[in-house]
Amino acid sequence: MLTCKQVSQLISQSLDRPLTLTNRIQLKVHLVMCDACTRFKKQMQLLQVAVHRLRRQTESDSSIILSEAAKTRISHTVASKQQ
Amino acid sequence: MHNINDWLNEHGDYLYRFALARLRDPHQAEDAVQETMLAAIKHHSFEGESSARTWLTGILKHKIIDLQRKRLREMPLSDVIDVDASDTAIDDFFDQRGHWVDKPQQWQTPENALEQKQFLVVLAECLERLPAKLSGIFMMRDVQEIDNEIICKELDITTTNAWVMLYRARMGLRKCLEMHWIME
Repeated sequence: MLTCKQVSQLISQSLDRPLTLTNRIQLKVHLVMCDACTRFKKQMQLLQVAVHRLRRQTESDSSIILSEAAKTRISHTVASKQQ
Repeated sequence: MHNINDWLNEHGDYLYRFALARLRDPHQAEDAVQETMLAAIKHHSFEGESSARTWLTGILKHKIIDLQRKRLREMPLSDVIDVDASDTAIDDFFDQRGHWVDKPQQWQTPENALEQKQFLVVLAECLERLPAKLSGIFMMRDVQEIDNEIICKELDITTTNAWVMLYRARMGLRKCLEMHWIME
């Protein structure tokens, strides 16, 4: 029987690697009985969705610009390194 | 010979936002754009089959990873995880029998546009509060969706270390969101 700690680790790892069949069964058995870990799993899913939303928000935020000063810095650096 | 100022004027904002969305640091994002321009000028292999923006973005993706590798490798692993007994450091979340000390709560799913915006503000702040090495690997894995094996190679860490770091990053974000986001 896995502990909540072990289950939380497996849920996190399931985002990074395919779990073994044994792990998947252990996880299922635990989740059926444990509301806390079921909520944890949902939280991890929401976190995944949210970080992608945050990325897209930054990518499409027209108030974020490369300042003229930054453009000048980059342009100068590139010119100096080319010589 | 391409004019770098044309590139910067036409694509600079786009590239900067792309980098900032992944590095979450204005200076690093500017560096990434600069490195991209340097590489673009040097190789100028752009033949016009793809758009200049697509080509530059392709270079930028690699430059972002270069910066992450350089920065994250400088930070000692032992600052963020206990390398010898890799899961003892997480024990503040669990008691000795492996039960939750604070049980995860039911999160209110952000429903409308305003709630979603507020949620993302909290998330961005929580990301900033994480130790830089943890937020860095988290961005590589969960935002840039780089394969775990490649991350391990780039950062020169073992698979187990990567799992532990990602676990700690996600646990830290979860805890922070739970403290600062409204529960149902």
